[in-house]
Amino acid sequence: MKAVSRGKGKKAKTDPAEEIWNLRLYVAGQTPKSITAFANLKKICEEHLAGKYRIEVIDLLKNPQLAKGDQIIAIPTLVRKLPEPLKKIIGDLANTGRVLVGLDIRSV
Amino acid sequence: MVKAKHDVVVLEKCPTGIKGLDQITKGGLPKGRPTLICGSAGCGKTLFAMEFLMRGAMDYGEPGVFMTFEETPEDLAKNFISLGFDLHDMMSRGLIATDHVYIERSAIEETGEYDLEGLFIRLGNAIDSIGAKRVVLDTIEALFSGLSNAAIIRAELRRLFHWLKDRGVTAIVTGESGDKMLTRYGLEEYVADCVIFLDFRIDDQISTRRLRIVKYRGSSHGADEYPFLIDESGLSILPITSLGLDYPVSTERVATGVPRLDAMFGGKGFFRGSTVLVSGTAGTGKTSLAATYADAACKRGERCLYFAFEESPNQIIRNMGSIGLDLDRWVKKGLLKFHSARPSLYGLEMHLVTFHKVIDEFNPQVFVVDPISNLSAAGTASEVKSILTRLIDHLKMKKISVFLTDLTHFGGSLEHTSEEISSLIDTWLLLRDIELNGERNRGLYILKSRGMEHSNQIQEFLLTNRGIDLIDIYTGSGEVLTGSARVAQESKEKASELANRRDADRRLREQESKRKALEAKIAALRAEFDAESIELHLIAEEEQKRQAVLADDRLKMMHLRKGDPLAPQAKRTKKKRERREN
Repeated sequence: MKAVSRGKGKKAKTDPAEEIWNLRLYVAGQTPKSITAFANLKKICEEHLAGKYRIEVIDLLKNPQLAKGDQIIAIPTLVRKLPEPLKKIIGDLANTGRVLVGLDIRSV
Repeated sequence: MVKAKHDVVVLEKCPTGIKGLDQITKGGLPKGRPTLICGSAGCGKTLFAMEFLMRGAMDYGEPGVFMTFEETPEDLAKNFISLGFDLHDMMSRGLIATDHVYIERSAIEETGEYDLEGLFIRLGNAIDSIGAKRVVLDTIEALFSGLSNAAIIRAELRRLFHWLKDRGVTAIVTGESGDKMLTRYGLEEYVADCVIFLDFRIDDQISTRRLRIVKYRGSSHGADEYPFLIDESGLSILPITSLGLDYPVSTERVATGVPRLDAMFGGKGFFRGSTVLVSGTAGTGKTSLAATYADAACKRGERCLYFAFEESPNQIIRNMGSIGLDLDRWVKKGLLKFHSARPSLYGLEMHLVTFHKVIDEFNPQVFVVDPISNLSAAGTASEVKSILTRLIDHLKMKKISVFLTDLTHFGGSLEHTSEEISSLIDTWLLLRDIELNGERNRGLYILKSRGMEHSNQIQEFLLTNRGIDLIDIYTGSGEVLTGSARVAQESKEKASELANRRDADRRLREQESKRKALEAKIAALRAEFDAESIELHLIAEEEQKRQAVLADDRLKMMHLRKGDPLAPQAKRTKKKRERREN
């Protein structure tokens, strides 16, 4: 799948047993909500998944056909592609607690 | 219609291609605007939307997007097939695009602000991919169950409908009907231009679908509830009003098959293309009259379609053989076609469709329904009336003569059809029982017959082995008699007439003999009188002779006495003689 990656994710290659979190953030242009969502996501990942996550940001204005594949209707939508199962969080991710629940990240 | 002066302000309409809908909406749905189709589950919303897209793509060159929130494209394809459309083919030809929006609530966490731009993008992408002019959202209410923030959804829906208008697509939005609102989530709030309500009711175990245009901003429309049906060719709405009353009429007359009945209509029978109703109680001969009419039509070489709701074709053919009608030969010749079905077999709409279909296939000149009263088993009186109105209008357009029979129930008023369709009827015959002296006979009279002179007489209706016959009813001595009473009365009258005549003869003879006796008396009296006068005459003669002798004697005496023959002598003599005589 073609994706616009900003390459912000840090790749944790030290421990192969450890899971890589593959996250995909769908946005539609540089809207305030999208920017807030991305900032919130970055912060949460750094805090809880440091070194073992990868964020793909997909701008649907540029690639509208991608919305269908992940059943995107709301913007912004965060999709946890990996680890399975697929999870979705919609909104600007302002509530960290709910994002953690939604991503099923056990508090360390 | 009033022609609008400014074409710009006239609401443009988008033809749906759905049978009948474009007539009641006077052209279709508002072009470039969203229309809400609401109704309960299974009322046909999705099919409606589907047909709108399909007809648009195939007949009007307007590709369409089907955005489904409930069914998968595979299910959709199956549904389309049931309407005779190949969705996959349409998709490969770029005429239809589908998008299945699937919201799994359990897999979605909501946090903070969001909008539904993703949906807009998907829809926009689908529209652009095929240059769609029509859009269906079926049903967007799934958003409410999939997402929890209703405030956001409402705001976004408002935006969506504005957006659809801006895109200039004609959209259909479906919605499930709610308790007190047209839709469960109040979609009608957003879609203000046109709202169509579909209803699916079950009365007496028979389902009826109805369609009503709740509102149509900027356009007049039919306001009634229109029954509609769904069959393999899609939806059909057959509005009464759309057919109107401008059908052609004929002055040609067709024979009824009963010469005496023709005579009651000025000797010419019914008008071609007119609607004839025969009503009567059970066993009054309605079917026989209908069969005779059908037989007469076939004899003219016309095609006759006979819808039987009570009997099987074979039974009708057998029974009509008893009154000398050989219907089988017409069936074999292909002039007569029977169609038997129980009225409760399916709903009224399906009956109407069957009527239409068979009529279109067979193309008859004469159409018989026997009896229409049985249709009421499949619906309420008003529904039957609407069905029959539409049927009759349709038949009149085609100049098909209609012959309906109606079973009137005992106790009910005869001049009141159970379906209240008298206003639709051109010629109405009534068959009725006449019960008298322990027997039942049939009477026929014409209740009305538009546009022709007709007899006001009640005729006795006889079923003989040579067919139907009508006889003048006995109406002498202030009574109406039929059957054996009529025959008895007639012979009674004959007998009494004979007796009267004898009586008169006898009196005449008596008079004659009296006259003869009188004459004889007169003759006798006259003879007596004559005899007397002869006697008198003889006496007078004798007297004269005696006088003459006396005078002679006196002369002789005088002569002897030589006396003076003087008168005193004679006088004295005369007095003496008179005394002597006394």
